[in-house]
Amino acid sequence: MIHLVLAIVIPLLAAPAWAHKPSDSYLTLTVQQDRIDGQWDIALRDLDNAIGLNRDGNGEITWGEVRDKHDAIGAYALSRLALAAGKQACTAQILEQLIDYHSDGAYSVLRFRADCREPIEQLDVGYQLLFDIDAQHKGLLRLTQGGHTTSAIFSQESPFQEFSTAKPSRWNESRQFIHEGIWHIWLGFDHVLFLLALLLPAVLIRKEGRWQAAGDFSSVWWNVISIVTAFTLAHSLTLSLAALEIVRLPSRFVESTIAASVVLAGLGNLYPTMTTRRWLVSFGFGLIHGFGFAAVLTDLGLPQNSLLVSLVSFNVGVEIGQLAIVAAFLPLAYLIRRSWSYPRLVLTGGSLAVIAIALVWFTERAFDLRLTPL
Amino acid sequence: MERARRILTLLGCWGAIFLCTFASAEPYRPTDDTHVLERLSITPANPIARELKNLRMELQANPRDLESAVKLATRYIEQGRSEGDPRFLGQAQATLAPWWNKPTPPVPVLLLRATIRQNAHDFDQALADLDQALAIQPTNAQAWLTKASILQVQARYDEARRACQPLARLAAAHILRGCVSDIGGVTGQSAKSRELLRQALSDSGLSGRERIWMTTILAEIAARIGAIQDAEHSFTEAIKVGIKDQYVLGAYVDFLLDHGRHHDVITLVQHETRSDGLLLRLALAEQALGLPTVHHHTAELAARFAASRARGTTTHVREEARFTLALQHDAKRALALAQTNWNLQREPADARILLESALAVGSRTAAQPVIEWLKTNHVEDLQLKELARQIQEKTS
Repeated sequence: MIHLVLAIVIPLLAAPAWAHKPSDSYLTLTVQQDRIDGQWDIALRDLDNAIGLNRDGNGEITWGEVRDKHDAIGAYALSRLALAAGKQACTAQILEQLIDYHSDGAYSVLRFRADCREPIEQLDVGYQLLFDIDAQHKGLLRLTQGGHTTSAIFSQESPFQEFSTAKPSRWNESRQFIHEGIWHIWLGFDHVLFLLALLLPAVLIRKEGRWQAAGDFSSVWWNVISIVTAFTLAHSLTLSLAALEIVRLPSRFVESTIAASVVLAGLGNLYPTMTTRRWLVSFGFGLIHGFGFAAVLTDLGLPQNSLLVSLVSFNVGVEIGQLAIVAAFLPLAYLIRRSWSYPRLVLTGGSLAVIAIALVWFTERAFDLRLTPL
Repeated sequence: MERARRILTLLGCWGAIFLCTFASAEPYRPTDDTHVLERLSITPANPIARELKNLRMELQANPRDLESAVKLATRYIEQGRSEGDPRFLGQAQATLAPWWNKPTPPVPVLLLRATIRQNAHDFDQALADLDQALAIQPTNAQAWLTKASILQVQARYDEARRACQPLARLAAAHILRGCVSDIGGVTGQSAKSRELLRQALSDSGLSGRERIWMTTILAEIAARIGAIQDAEHSFTEAIKVGIKDQYVLGAYVDFLLDHGRHHDVITLVQHETRSDGLLLRLALAEQALGLPTVHHHTAELAARFAASRARGTTTHVREEARFTLALQHDAKRALALAQTNWNLQREPADARILLESALAVGSRTAAQPVIEWLKTNHVEDLQLKELARQIQEKTS
């Protein structure tokens, strides 16, 4: 009797909210024709449970201890992941091992490449990490191919999953990127505002320190064409450089600078120092906007085998979106350019509004704050 | 020209600052071998760690030995409760793998499986396991006790009381007292429950876990009926037992928050930032005191809740609702979360967050289920009653 009582496990007072996150790993696979580029983030605490990292037993896992175990970590991880294209098993090799932090601690980041020897049309993934020692472990997969990203969760109950990676046709793929390009310029208010800030004075001419309505449509037209073309050329250039990974800039720098460019474009309207050759301004700042477009394109996952098509398609989409904005703005501005209110209300007021909005963006992006409610 | 040069210099500096500060947000390769990347919750030299290791080795030698597997799984579950680390639950489950998916696992495995499922908020399946265990072994006190506690979480109080009854002849007297007074403390019998618990606690032969269990129930009842000094006394008693228990700490900190003792909260949990529930309470105290660290902790919590959603689990809904209401000030979303949570578990804390969110949104309809629950069960809880009153006033 006594024995029974002592053996009783006191029930939980409440099903607790766990202090820590349960064990998860993050697996990213990017399918490139006949090979897969992978990144696998595995918690150091899990690796310690599985193969033992803490050599000196002091409860602190150091970089030195992890580095010493790189071979063991790589071998352990790869033995728990089976990738196959159709029936053909792919052979994976670790390229490098880094460190990253997720919300619950330090992770070992394994970058690897798997060669499948034939174009991948159907990918079979067998995921067996840790299930034998932690039955509640999950593997969170992000699979990217040709601009499509799918996600899936591996658990002990579903360790094997198939993904059809049948390629969308060239045209469909291209159409998808055009679509993304259009949406990006419409939803990326910073680009729209920048363009509008540059276009606001396009229907006016600066004479003797004051604004006057431009005379005929053709001069306005050429002015707009030069601004838009310069912007296009500049951002196409940097978009390509970034998408092809020739140049890389940190996204926070790019995003903050884009916001700053909008502020400067607005200021330029209030204190006009460059009344002619505005296309130079447009070109200069267009360079940084291109990096912004590239970030989107990278997020979409560029299909390596049709890199050029998707790059061009995305750019075409951006141009279509841009022209639509010009087409909506220009006739209106041209019609009311002679009115009393245009230079005062539209140009000055509009520029002030643009500056105010862009300043908020800039502060948010540069200092990683959130000022505007979502 | 001069001006252009100045602007260029400025842009250069700006770029340099950004590049240095933010380039490290990506995976990186540390340069220093002695750089500590992670601290384990228990060091390998710790006696518990050594015990776990020995049990693991015993089991490895004979993986199908039920007795060692049950022993190891039980230790894992206890450790999980102390550290609040769900990895131990997954490890307990893995230990029981040879029996886990059998149609009729042995009774000890059924009991552990029920506890593991209870922890995953899979209450119905946990109850099914317990009923299966009781069908084989109707005299199993553990099964009755666990069953009563799950039924109580689901607000099925009559059934819970019935599950306590067999304990009268199957277990020591204090186990029965703990079982019924836990239910009575919520459902209008606080005086009798406190009396029963005091009697039970006068027994000097209680185990540490048993003492924590009953002292915490006593403390929570006292806090609910406004016996502040008694509550304080019992909470400190529970903590003094010396076995780390995330639940007790959380309940005590909630009590301190309710009484404006924010500095005490910070002293108590400032180093417990790995625990989501305690980090949430720390951030609440920091917010009340206007400390700047609240921003960092709020962001951290948001990331953790997002991670929990990504893996598709629902064990954090109560805390997420509280976080969303009190730290993100998004009453509408908090209400939706609190309602989801109320459909899953119905304890005073769950009632509280639903009422608070409903009050913030100004919705009497949303609060109605809790108001009904308060009435039907004669719940004794000053704060809940006050919240219900405010809602009725505001929306009438």
